[in-house]
Amino acid sequence: MKFLRQFAARIVGQSIRIFARAITAVRADWKGIEPVPRQRVYFANHTSNADMPMIWSVLPPAMRRTVRPVAAADYWLKNKLRAFVGPEVFNCVLVDRRPEVKDKPMDKIIAALDEGSSLIIFPEGNRNMTDDPLLPFKAGLYNMGVARPEVDLVPTWVANLTAIMPKGEIIPLPLICTVTFGEPIHVKDGESKDDFLKRASDALVALAPEDRT
Amino acid sequence: MSPTTEDILLLAFGSFGILIAMTFVGEVLRAREEPGFNNPVLDTYMTRVQSWWGMVAFVGAALLLGKPGIMTLFAFASFAALREFLTLTAKAQADHLSLALAFFAVLPLQYIFVGLGWDGLYAIFIPVYAFLLLPIVSALRGNSNRFLMRVAETQWALMIAIFCVSHVPALMNLDIAGYGDRSLLLVAFLVMVVQLGDLLEYFFGRRIGKNCIAHELSPKTWEGVACGVVSAMLIGGLLSWITPFGVFGAMAMAGVASLVGMFGSLVVSAIKRDRGVKDWSHLIPGQGGFVDQLDSVIFAAPIFYHLTKYFYA
Repeated sequence: MKFLRQFAARIVGQSIRIFARAITAVRADWKGIEPVPRQRVYFANHTSNADMPMIWSVLPPAMRRTVRPVAAADYWLKNKLRAFVGPEVFNCVLVDRRPEVKDKPMDKIIAALDEGSSLIIFPEGNRNMTDDPLLPFKAGLYNMGVARPEVDLVPTWVANLTAIMPKGEIIPLPLICTVTFGEPIHVKDGESKDDFLKRASDALVALAPEDRT
Repeated sequence: MSPTTEDILLLAFGSFGILIAMTFVGEVLRAREEPGFNNPVLDTYMTRVQSWWGMVAFVGAALLLGKPGIMTLFAFASFAALREFLTLTAKAQADHLSLALAFFAVLPLQYIFVGLGWDGLYAIFIPVYAFLLLPIVSALRGNSNRFLMRVAETQWALMIAIFCVSHVPALMNLDIAGYGDRSLLLVAFLVMVVQLGDLLEYFFGRRIGKNCIAHELSPKTWEGVACGVVSAMLIGGLLSWITPFGVFGAMAMAGVASLVGMFGSLVVSAIKRDRGVKDWSHLIPGQGGFVDQLDSVIFAAPIFYHLTKYFYA
């Protein structure tokens, strides 16, 4: 039974990847890093629920196997299908954002890093529905950088998803989506939380393609 | 085996012969390089030759499958081209439905009309129905910000990526006296003279080109274009046995198609420069996107179609 579930998870994962490729011709642009298996935290902009599957789809197989997206438990445990796709297909680290729960998100994230996994996180915390390129970052990225300073924090820009699937639309448009990986950053000695988050946010926005239309 | 099939196989083997020669030259040059040294020009050349292998194989297989094969191949090329084009155009959420209709209704309908051979309809379906109805769909959402720009850019995308591309398979619908089922070969003729003309234009432009046509847009030179068009005419003359045009007719048609194609590719460069991109996408290794590869065929197709229809059908 366990074997069957794993097999089903692989099939679903491949289908998602092929679907993303066929519709959006999604492609990785390795600007600041090489596609090599190294422990990294990919921090990305968040405009749509398809952001995470897009990043996951462009990673080469060896990297995809060791990457774990950090995602909200309330979203991925809502029904049986999501509870299968989130934890088993994408191997998500599910965190509970409610303040009253006991197991703190950061403990689970650090535990995943200590197992050697790479992570995908969305430091804005929520989907960005504004016209600004990014919402202010939450402290999580800084805390990870301080707790595990040797891990590369890689800014990751997902372009075009707002046009592909704006909020409230049902049919996705098949436009080209590009995932750009920038140069890794680390928390510097004595750098304050706000300074670091500002620097991380700037590094991420710098990867956004210029809007010339 | 029908004579048409024989001709297709002959063309395919001829193209494979050229590609084998090009691959051989590349491998010899690579073998003569010092170990550990990479020549970027040679690398680009080899990637391009590899992409050419793929393209010849795809077009050849599609031709052998006949009309359904060619229809499927160019419908897919249209889809890829439209996706590249609309990724770069101005749009707002108010256009979401009209853009979805462009992909999922206008594109398949145009190819269905071409497949059915309804030439009265596929000639006007996009310029009349799509151009008038899609802006209505956008206007219903009530966003007037940059409205004209959004509508105009979407219409150009439809014109280039669907209307023009669909005129390549539409060549199969032309009813030419004494030519029978061989109109399939016109597709091969158009694609070969235009693409080979481009290749030689690039080669001669590099070798003897001095006077740029529009240096802000592209490195194309008058000398390169002249040599490219003359080469295309010679190739057209050599290929006249697959056409109903006769030797001089084939040369003239090849020359017109190649000339229009080269200036069309200048137009496409202007759009790329305006949007600040080098290539439309990265789908074809070494060549960029479908629009980069097909730009000259895209421009030549409707004109080649109408000239053939006017003079020969």
